[in-house]
Amino acid sequence: MRYTLLLYTDPVDLAHMTPEDWEAEKEVYGAYIGALQEAGVFIDTDWLQPVETATTLTLKSGTSVVQDGPFADTKETLGGFFVIEVPDLDAALAWAEKCPAAKTGKVEIRPSAMGG
Amino acid sequence: MNNVTRAAEIAARESYGRLLAYLAARTHDIAQAEDALAEAFSKALQHWPEKGVPGNPDAWLLTVARNNLTDRQRHLTKFPTTSEIPETFAEMTEEEKIPDRRLVLMMICAHPAISPDLHTPLMLQTVLGVNARTIARLFLFSPAALSKRLARAKNKIRDAGIPFCLPDKDQLPKRSHAILEAIYALHSYDWLDPRDNFGDEALYLSDLLCSYLPENAEALGLSSLILFSHARKKARILDEILVPTDKQDTDLWDTHTIKLAENRLQRAFQLSSPGRFQIEAAIDSVHISRKKTGQVDWRALHKLYHALIKFEPSAGALVAQAVVIANLFAPKEGLKILSVLEKQIGTSFQPLWAAKAELFARTGAVRDAKRSYEKAISLSTDATVIRFLVQQKSMLAP
Repeated sequence: MRYTLLLYTDPVDLAHMTPEDWEAEKEVYGAYIGALQEAGVFIDTDWLQPVETATTLTLKSGTSVVQDGPFADTKETLGGFFVIEVPDLDAALAWAEKCPAAKTGKVEIRPSAMGG
Repeated sequence: MNNVTRAAEIAARESYGRLLAYLAARTHDIAQAEDALAEAFSKALQHWPEKGVPGNPDAWLLTVARNNLTDRQRHLTKFPTTSEIPETFAEMTEEEKIPDRRLVLMMICAHPAISPDLHTPLMLQTVLGVNARTIARLFLFSPAALSKRLARAKNKIRDAGIPFCLPDKDQLPKRSHAILEAIYALHSYDWLDPRDNFGDEALYLSDLLCSYLPENAEALGLSSLILFSHARKKARILDEILVPTDKQDTDLWDTHTIKLAENRLQRAFQLSSPGRFQIEAAIDSVHISRKKTGQVDWRALHKLYHALIKFEPSAGALVAQAVVIANLFAPKEGLKILSVLEKQIGTSFQPLWAAKAELFARTGAVRDAKRSYEKAISLSTDATVIRFLVQQKSMLAP
């Protein structure tokens, strides 16, 4: 089954990070991606720019409404995701537990609705 | 990294830990002591190549670091006091070593007021001088977040008045146990590459603790346990595939390290104060004796796991005991226990499935074995373990 791990962190925790901090951060995530790949469960990942860069669009009211910012103001914001292919939720949890974001924020695990 | 560089690195840590423990004990400010020491090391790099290495390098580093601390204190206080950190420092003789306060430092790192998941990182950073980035990589922790938490912990140590002295006699066993737990966590950390799991650092720290607490049976037990594991290092992974202890080539086990481990365990037993780490070491000792006898003494293991479960019932020990029972009596007996256990702990414990798979395979239940291997593989996050399970699965009858 395909699962998406949604990584939520508090932007306050990232506010004072220097370029070197980000390099170190990438190294740790690189190791995690490497482990996912070695286990043959990795599908996709991305690391998102901070929530200030978000733009939200809706056509629900009939016309296009573009809003500067995320659709919901939350303390912890979506910072990235991993898509993995594992047999069940137990396995998805085993990988979420290893995800560096779990130690500093929250990892939401969602099964794919497309099967896959 | 080759063995020589590794050895040199560990030796350098001896000085680092001693100096830091000594400096921090005076100011109670670990972060400040670290900065002062870092500056002293960087000055050494400038001065020593030009003027030669001083007769007592540690004393030189200490003097520079202390002066540095004095300067910092002067900046901080309106009325400079030099009484706490004397500016002039009597030259130490060449043989004289800095008083060793590392046990106090270890006690502080594993203080109950400090979050337990920081005990090991703090100890690695302060006692061994391992940088935060390396620690973060080891534990797959965000480096920036880890640094922040470590800094906060050091502030707390300074501001909350955590005493820089050894705890009272009645508190000592409990406080030492927290140190043992932190070293054990480092030892058993298997993530990514077991060959890079800071085994040498765990061994070094446990040795250190034994030297400070020679009457602590559990410290000896833990040290023995780590040594037994070191003795099997070369046999543990072959061609990037994990080899379980009872399948390892005993010729690859290191005789010298085994002897050290056995001696330490004997010394622990003589203290007649049994505990979890001693039992785990004894379990290892039984496995190791296969090198001489050629077979695993399952009966002895049965008794030891029984004792271990009494001391500290863990899912891991319960699974291991089921495997022992399977070997002692019949695979079906082991499977019975595992199915009861599954109802208690749920379906997400990897060792349970690896054990089930092996026992199903032995009873000829190929389909169940295959399914269990697949479940175990899906729950594994370490590549060497995955390869082992895939290999076992491929050996099942079609």
